[in-house]
Amino acid sequence: MKDLLDSLDKAFESRVRLGIMAILMVNEQVDFNQLKELLDVTDGNLASHLKQLEASSYIIVNKKFVGRKPNTTYAATTEGKEAFHNHLNAIEKLIKK
Amino acid sequence: MNQTEHIQTLTEIRNLMERSSRFLSLSGLSGVSVGVCACIGFFVLKFYWNLPLFSKDTLPFNELEYRPFVIFILTDAFVVLLSAIIFAIYFTHRKAKKTGMALWDKSAHRLVINLAIPLFAGGIFSFVMYWHHIANLIPAVTLIFYGMALLNASKYTLHDIRALGIGEIILGLIASFIVGYGLLFWFIGFGILHIIYGVIMYFKYER
Repeated sequence: MKDLLDSLDKAFESRVRLGIMAILMVNEQVDFNQLKELLDVTDGNLASHLKQLEASSYIIVNKKFVGRKPNTTYAATTEGKEAFHNHLNAIEKLIKK
Repeated sequence: MNQTEHIQTLTEIRNLMERSSRFLSLSGLSGVSVGVCACIGFFVLKFYWNLPLFSKDTLPFNELEYRPFVIFILTDAFVVLLSAIIFAIYFTHRKAKKTGMALWDKSAHRLVINLAIPLFAGGIFSFVMYWHHIANLIPAVTLIFYGMALLNASKYTLHDIRALGIGEIILGLIASFIVGYGLLFWFIGFGILHIIYGVIMYFKYER
């Protein structure tokens, strides 16, 4: 049992971070406002969770300009996708127990 | 964390993945209203020109003296399309509002684009067939291309729309063998199939 709990990824302990990752699994690129709308969280909250995911290199951030407006999009890295899969597998095993 | 919490987490994840990648507000009533518009358009066309429903005679597209007929059929189709789009948007807007989702988000955008590409190709191809005097195949071609458009769009909205698309393609292929019953096939494909699909969707997701 202890091994199983260890295999749960600490990065996905938060509901918001897990949600961000879930959205990025099925969308190539998502911008800040879309994430905010889908997850129903505040700007500051979302930004800090995104920073943490970026720090563990599970997502990459692309900054570009649409006209004069800055537009930041996020995408999952291969590493992040693997981690997400492992995390889901771990949860599944816990349920089966 | 206990069992139920884990299960709840998984459900939430699945929900987010679906919601962020597919447009799920498409209402069954939209399908019904599109079908009803098509039926009205069909009856107007049939009774104004007194066209036979079961006859091997092809629609008189290409004869020059039938220019008024071609203009009539185009106007009729345009009015049907316009009213169908308006009703479809209205019912979808209603469902989106009820479920608290955005009507024009990225998923809606993707759905419309992927639906439109095969439709435009089909429209241009139909015009080319009129141009080359093989207009009697136009009913079949419009049904096939519309089916392809739905099939393509099914990746971006309710999966069930795929079945409707396959139905339209099969109907179009049959129509391409039995040339001359174009009006009847249009009636079945754009009218009856839409209504059946819409009713099924309504009872499956909205009751």
